Amino acid sequence: MSMNTIGRPTDIGTRYAAGLQPTGAALLPDEPLLFEIGDTGHSGVDLPEVEIGSDRLGGFMRKTPLDLAGLTEPEAMRHYVRLSRLNYSIDSGMYPLGSCTMKHNPRLNEKTARLPGFADIHPLQPVSTVGGALELMQQLGHWLLTLTHMTAVALTPKAGAHGEMCGMMTIRAAHAANGQGHRKIVLVPDSAHGTNPATAAFLGYSVKTIPARDDGTVDVAAVKAALSPDVAAIMLTNPNTCGLFEKQIIEIAVAVHEAGAYFYCDGANFNAIMGVVRPGDLGIDAMHINLHKTFSTPHGGGGPGAGPVVLSAALAPFAPVPFVRAGQAGPELVEHAEGGHLGRITAFNGQMGMYVRALTYMLSHGGDGLAQAARDAVLNANYIRARLGDVFSLPFGNQTCMHEALFDDHFLDGTGVSTLDFAKALIDAGYHPMTMYFPLVVHGAMLIEPTESESKQTLDAFCDTMLALAADAKAGNQARFTAAPTRAPRRRLDETRAARSPRLTWSPPENLSRAAE
Amino acid sequence: MRYLPHTDAERAEMLATIGVDDLAALFAPVPESARLKGPLALPAHAPEFRVEAQMRALASRNRAGSDGPFFVGAGAYRHHVPASVDHLIQRSEWLTAYTPYQPEVSQGTLQMLFEFQTQVAHLTGMEVANASMYDGSTATAEAVLMAKRLTRRNRVVLSGGLHPHYRDVVRTYLGDGPDLVCLAASPEGAGDMLSRIDGETAAIVLQTPDFYGHLRDIRAAADAAHANGALLVVVVTEIVSLGLLEAPGALGADIVVAEGQSIGNALSFGGPYVGLMATRQEFVRQMPGRLCGETVDADGNRGFVLTLSTREQHIRREKATSNICTNAGLCALAFSIHLGLLGEAGLVRLARLNHERALTLAAALRDVPGVELLNRTFFNEMTIRLDRPAAPVIELLAQAEILAGVPVSRLEPQNPSCANLIVLATTELTTDDDIDTLAKCLAVALSEDAP
Repeated sequence: MSMNTIGRPTDIGTRYAAGLQPTGAALLPDEPLLFEIGDTGHSGVDLPEVEIGSDRLGGFMRKTPLDLAGLTEPEAMRHYVRLSRLNYSIDSGMYPLGSCTMKHNPRLNEKTARLPGFADIHPLQPVSTVGGALELMQQLGHWLLTLTHMTAVALTPKAGAHGEMCGMMTIRAAHAANGQGHRKIVLVPDSAHGTNPATAAFLGYSVKTIPARDDGTVDVAAVKAALSPDVAAIMLTNPNTCGLFEKQIIEIAVAVHEAGAYFYCDGANFNAIMGVVRPGDLGIDAMHINLHKTFSTPHGGGGPGAGPVVLSAALAPFAPVPFVRAGQAGPELVEHAEGGHLGRITAFNGQMGMYVRALTYMLSHGGDGLAQAARDAVLNANYIRARLGDVFSLPFGNQTCMHEALFDDHFLDGTGVSTLDFAKALIDAGYHPMTMYFPLVVHGAMLIEPTESESKQTLDAFCDTMLALAADAKAGNQARFTAAPTRAPRRRLDETRAARSPRLTWSPPENLSRAAE
Repeated sequence: MRYLPHTDAERAEMLATIGVDDLAALFAPVPESARLKGPLALPAHAPEFRVEAQMRALASRNRAGSDGPFFVGAGAYRHHVPASVDHLIQRSEWLTAYTPYQPEVSQGTLQMLFEFQTQVAHLTGMEVANASMYDGSTATAEAVLMAKRLTRRNRVVLSGGLHPHYRDVVRTYLGDGPDLVCLAASPEGAGDMLSRIDGETAAIVLQTPDFYGHLRDIRAAADAAHANGALLVVVVTEIVSLGLLEAPGALGADIVVAEGQSIGNALSFGGPYVGLMATRQEFVRQMPGRLCGETVDADGNRGFVLTLSTREQHIRREKATSNICTNAGLCALAFSIHLGLLGEAGLVRLARLNHERALTLAAALRDVPGVELLNRTFFNEMTIRLDRPAAPVIELLAQAEILAGVPVSRLEPQNPSCANLIVLATTELTTDDDIDTLAKCLAVALSEDAP
């Protein structure tokens, strides 16, 4: 097949070559790749062709063809609209994804982020021309510090894991400054997000795992037993990944501090407690806040996120640059490290577009609305726990949960249906699957976080579906589950094949056949 | 509160189902001493029109790029983004979708990422690309770490033409020490990097066009690196340049990282942006970040999944290649749509237009007394040396409503040799009038009180 330089492709895969219309016809499109629709001669952008007399490219002019397919605007609109329809999204249905806080993304946030005074300003234009941007960063910081009762905030981390890295770097810097650089161990509960041990290892720490006890929380005695003069910090998620508030968190903080270590809190689950409990009152030294979870900035199919870190007085002197501080004539931007401050963890000023969205969200809710959102998130999770608890198995007994309800797979014993099968059957019933097999401490975990955005009506419909599916599994209708999904744009995908011989970029079919020869 | 669906009656009904009296009872596991006793000192919820007015008031206190002549670049560039790009990325199915861990209901995002990876591979001339990083600076730090894993060596040499923020980020990630060699700023476009490579060197990091706008010789750097068993990391902060400049992969680069903001993404005061990372097929298992791969579903139909996740933190925990969890999804989508609209023909025209604007600027600056152009080569960005410190001149021009570029002293405050330097960029949005105004006002600014 001829491709990319002249004319349109004549073959876009066997299904099309056979003259078959894609399955699902008009409303469930089966969309060819950009490179199978466009070619290098088409463009959807009008630009003048300019004369370049004598270039200044020093002989480095491109000789290799770019080989980039182009689309005109109508073709592009159709390609990306049709592709978009293959996605599940918050706006089309509930995401019961534990640990992910898939709440409503208000459109006012999108509107304000696009104001030219925010979207069309450069990070290095004179500071005297961006007073409003600095004021916005200061206001966002004020809200975050008031909600957490902490001393300082580092806004620049680009995502939650980047925030973890930033927070743990301040801890490392504080130890170094205090002559405690020999501390090389970080304690991490076995229920932690994978980013926690990855971050600790990334910074050169060895990870010591703390087992959860039978009720799903961390035992202060286990922490005390693990503490030593070599421990730099504990990384604890609160509320934890089992959806439970760490009851002994204050005792844990005291023990950690007595041992000369710092307390890092993974704030991924802050949505459960904002405006109700302040992390600073618990003895926490550093905590990242996922603006894309708690403060509604859109997940965007996997990013961009934003992960500001709040710091205690002990760690505040080590915050990375840049940061905004109050000056005599208004907020000032500090761009260069002074004293113990960490250097940069990213170019420029962090995720400004997300700061605008998050502050818009905060102003919309107010302090009262944020607290109500947290209470409703916890109410919704407990409602699901109450409605499903008789049928679905609760690994830690029927105790009050926070913003997410955790079930295990015992209720599926003997049905031949796995957690994965059950989750995929949810797709056929019209829902995105819940979080599965996480946290690792629970067998066949199903973690459900409805968020405050779901109405009672939606929750009831979801619970009815879950109960009907459970009844179907117990009734022996195994095939419905193992074959699922059958009503999605694709059936189950072969992930083993993808990993065994990775195809990570598209190449035209003739190249493939040539490679095979 | 308009985003919270429950009425009080519904809350009461739900509490009855749960079997507790009030919402406070749900927080019983929280230690009594940790519960807030009253409301926080924060304003109450507000109607949409009031919030919008507040945000507009803040925005109005910033000078937008569209307000006048604009020559600020230095790693973030003011390009035109087609209206269709911003419309498409605001579609619910793109904007409000989660990470595509459930591929059956995420084929839109996954296919887009596969297309994005292919585009990035073609643009950089590499075999594979990942599904994006946070931004160019963190991608550079990750590339350095990747090179250290691949070579099992520790020494890293950063070119003096590397963006100072990128250098600072690498320094924060790696820590200061004898193994990290940061060469002095080289605003003249020359450096002695190649002589600093030795048998212990894991990687050298070369930016081109460099921070000062000069085009660097990738081939020479690759040959010198490879002769010592080191890898060459090429950094590109102005991705549009690759429409006109030879692909780093064709010149011997081992890892290419870039800031993709120029295509599809607004300036937005520095973020969110989209980091690009591309490399050789043989290195892919040491690559950080998400990767999307092609496969088939149970019916044999082509489909896409996230793959090689055994590199990643959610599987490997402390043994992962990086702690990275997210990519820059929506910014990658904007990049991919815009590049799809451009196509090869459009990108080449855009790159030529950018270069032509820079040629025009260079010619205009040549006639301004007190200004010395340092570049022999450039794409759309260049460095000038004034006869006096640059920062006050930039401030003066800002008061005259001209954003005339970045005084290098802002990024290199400790380096006196940079005090008089300005980095200026042009794009397709730079008009002849903008250039005339800049040249005239710069001449006036430099003619007033002599240095």
